[in-house]
Amino acid sequence: MTGVLAELARTFALLSLVSIGGVNALLPEIHRQVVDIHGWMTDAAFASAFAMANAAPGPNVIFVSLIGWQVAGLSGLLVATFALLIPSSALAYFAGRILTRWSRHPAVSVLRDALIPVALGMMLASGLSMMRTVDRDVVTVLISFAATAFVYVTRRNPLWALGSGAIVNVAALHVF
Amino acid sequence: MQHDIPASPHRTISKAELFFGFLKIGLLGFGGVAPWARHIIVEERRWLSDREFAEILGIGQVLPGPNTINAAVIIGDRNQGIVGVLLCLLGQMAMPLVIVAGLAMVYDRVAAMPEVEAALIGAAAASAGLVLGTALKMIRNIRPTLLAYAIGAAGFAAIGLLRWPLVPVVLVLVPTAIAATWWERRR
Repeated sequence: MTGVLAELARTFALLSLVSIGGVNALLPEIHRQVVDIHGWMTDAAFASAFAMANAAPGPNVIFVSLIGWQVAGLSGLLVATFALLIPSSALAYFAGRILTRWSRHPAVSVLRDALIPVALGMMLASGLSMMRTVDRDVVTVLISFAATAFVYVTRRNPLWALGSGAIVNVAALHVF
Repeated sequence: MQHDIPASPHRTISKAELFFGFLKIGLLGFGGVAPWARHIIVEERRWLSDREFAEILGIGQVLPGPNTINAAVIIGDRNQGIVGVLLCLLGQMAMPLVIVAGLAMVYDRVAAMPEVEAALIGAAAASAGLVLGTALKMIRNIRPTLLAYAIGAAGFAAIGLLRWPLVPVVLVLVPTAIAATWWERRR
């Protein structure tokens, strides 16, 4: 048991340090480690864990937490979660401190201005890739665009868009 | 129409506010946390302006780790130091972890029902729109320069349209963006 936990910790701590773009960008590598190398889960269990993590709220990190849970129960969940979060968060902590301390330095202000459009471009790309993964027919595409418009023009709670999307898609199931 | 919403003049956000703010972000964060983080941090609580939020998200994006977790670390530290970091992380992770563990226990029985599947997919389709709409709204409120549009479009095309792998794209795009921004400033 301790062996499995140590292996979980080592695997995800290493992944943490290369996880630019978060857990979704790491998906192929996580699959390789968890299914192919360690044989902790079958392909089917891996896919259903991914669907479950997406059905729950919160950061994608919880997909890794779920893998830990299925491999070694509660202690597995905690070990996998912390292993994935601590290295990258420590890096963000020190990077954030450096940037705050030197915030008036012209180089830092150039850096921040340069990163804003990068973040926005990536966010648009991630919306598009989510659409490609999830939308399978005209109804779901329309739900996505309606939600886009809703968020763009109102400041209301986005939960309205999610709830309506769920209801419309269930209704479509019965109409078509 | 609302444009860039001014953040309240810089005040220190208390430990309780940080914890409960991020608890709400985690709890509501279906299908990607960034839109919810923006909704709560910029629109609801006005801790940051759109521009400040985008700066922190941009830093969080190019560092390893999930962008909203990195943003939580930076926001927590700026307001309450290391304790703030821990509160923001705990806040963002606590409810999702409990919920996903609960889901894991009932998933096999429930996921076979077509209504449940359709509802999950409908909500996921909406959350894709949520991400898109949030990005478009931030672009509208920040009013980027022509150069910034070009950088953002290049990143979107490489990752979103051409589906190139993220790490090499970041390694090329970020230095290019920095060089171009620096050059634009000097003129």
